[in-house]
Amino acid sequence: MFDFNLFTTAIFGWPLAKGALLTLVLSVSVMAVSLVVATFFGLAAGSGKKPMRWLIGSYVWLFRGAPALLILLFVWNGLPQLSPVFRATWFTPFVAAFLALMLIQVAYLTEILRSAFAAVGKGQREGAAALGLHRWHTFILITLPQALRIAVPSLVNEFISLLKATSLATVISLKELMTVTQFAIATSFRFLEWYGAALVYYMLMVSVLTFAQSRIEAVLSRGHR
Amino acid sequence: MFHERSSADAADIMPEMPAIRLVNVNKWYGTFQVLHDVSLTVERGSRVVICGPSGSGKSTLIRCINRLETHQRGDIIVNRVELTDQLSKIDRVRSEVGMVFQHFNLFPHLTVLDNCTLAQRWVRKRSRKEADEIAMAFLERVRIPEKAQRYPGELSGGQQQRVAIARALCMNPSIMLFDEPTSALDPEMVKEVLDTMVSLAEDGMTMVCVTHEMGFARQVANEVVFMDGGKVIERNTPEAIFSAPSKERTKRFLSNLLH
Ligand SMILES: Nc1ncnc2c1ncn2[C@@H]1O[C@H](COP(=O)(O)OP(=O)(O)O)[C@@H](O)[C@H]1O
Ligand SMILES: [Mg+2]
Repeated sequence: MFDFNLFTTAIFGWPLAKGALLTLVLSVSVMAVSLVVATFFGLAAGSGKKPMRWLIGSYVWLFRGAPALLILLFVWNGLPQLSPVFRATWFTPFVAAFLALMLIQVAYLTEILRSAFAAVGKGQREGAAALGLHRWHTFILITLPQALRIAVPSLVNEFISLLKATSLATVISLKELMTVTQFAIATSFRFLEWYGAALVYYMLMVSVLTFAQSRIEAVLSRGHR
Repeated sequence: MFHERSSADAADIMPEMPAIRLVNVNKWYGTFQVLHDVSLTVERGSRVVICGPSGSGKSTLIRCINRLETHQRGDIIVNRVELTDQLSKIDRVRSEVGMVFQHFNLFPHLTVLDNCTLAQRWVRKRSRKEADEIAMAFLERVRIPEKAQRYPGELSGGQQQRVAIARALCMNPSIMLFDEPTSALDPEMVKEVLDTMVSLAEDGMTMVCVTHEMGFARQVANEVVFMDGGKVIERNTPEAIFSAPSKERTKRFLSNLLH
């Protein structure tokens, strides 16, 4: 039977809240860093020199192709075998998960941003150049806002996928939402209540993201009918 | 009008110095030569109209003047600055030269007012208040101040092109380049844009216009340049070139234009 009291205790209790917080911090930090890195990659992939484009193309090919679980395990177990640097105490499950998910996320976001930058016409950059605006001003003030308008739905999709992909880090014992849920179940054997509570947390986070998406889209689509 | 010139003030420019001088300019796109030994002088305060068949290199030529395109051989001197790869020179030239494009190239995500103030604030470093005042003055001038808070997408083509002219004027250029400014417009909107250009010409603006509006050329041009195949075929006053073109190709092009 479904124990409603246990369900609400699970939702409002510390373990899941802390797990969800870790999931959130991991997702947000991976997304933030990936966005910055992918912006440069996307720019270079669209306008850089040929070797640069080839390098970024290979990177995207590798990290979009490889399964997330494999990369996660590779980073956590493989890197320490590669160099003693990764055997030090700073290399925690959180750092490993951050690194692995970021490598993957950058690959996806690079593709999205590259095509969004390309979709902003050459005429926009020329109009800005004729006014004397420099490349970086033009990029920040003209290209980026228009490219983001195009890219936001895909970027939010990737953010949601990332949020869920953090649950893979349970295999390297990161105490994120799924791991703490499994811990609770291991001692209580109450599957429905704990899985249900975890689901509530995931849905809550995804809903906030979806809401944010609609607000951001509204702001960025000003001037477009 | 509101501001002293940024790079070259009046005393700096000698009267005999032409605004624009092109000497034997050659340009290639890969192996395809677009411009062949093009020479052109535009005196301060004069208006030059460039015409010629599609693909003859008119856009390329005019875009070399503000370095949207690079030339490979020959000299381009704008207000005594010789255009090279040097960024500071490109900046100086662009601060003196405004450009109006066939497809307006307004920024769709910014209001009309912000389109006109963006470069003022980031390039000229004017305060928002000052930039707004200058922008409103030029929007008045192109007779469209009531659209300041609208977005370009909400305006007709003719209105957008007038905003584009105002946007360029806000930077206080001493030279204006026009690349087929009325070609993308519905016929009923051509006049409002041409009227704006005529009034600019009457104020003594140095202008280089790629256009096939021969009425406009007759009214304001000091010189008409006919181009074909990347070469200047013929150049003369509008009266002379329209009544008695000396080259067969010019004659054929102009008669096609009239029929
Ligand atoms: N970016 C480019 N790359 C290669 N060829 C170009 C490019 N831009 C223009 N051309 C070619 O150069 C020639 C002149 O073009 P353009 O200056 O646009 O002519 P116009 O403005 O007189 O119609 C055309 O044959 C055109 O196809
Ligand atoms: Mg053209």
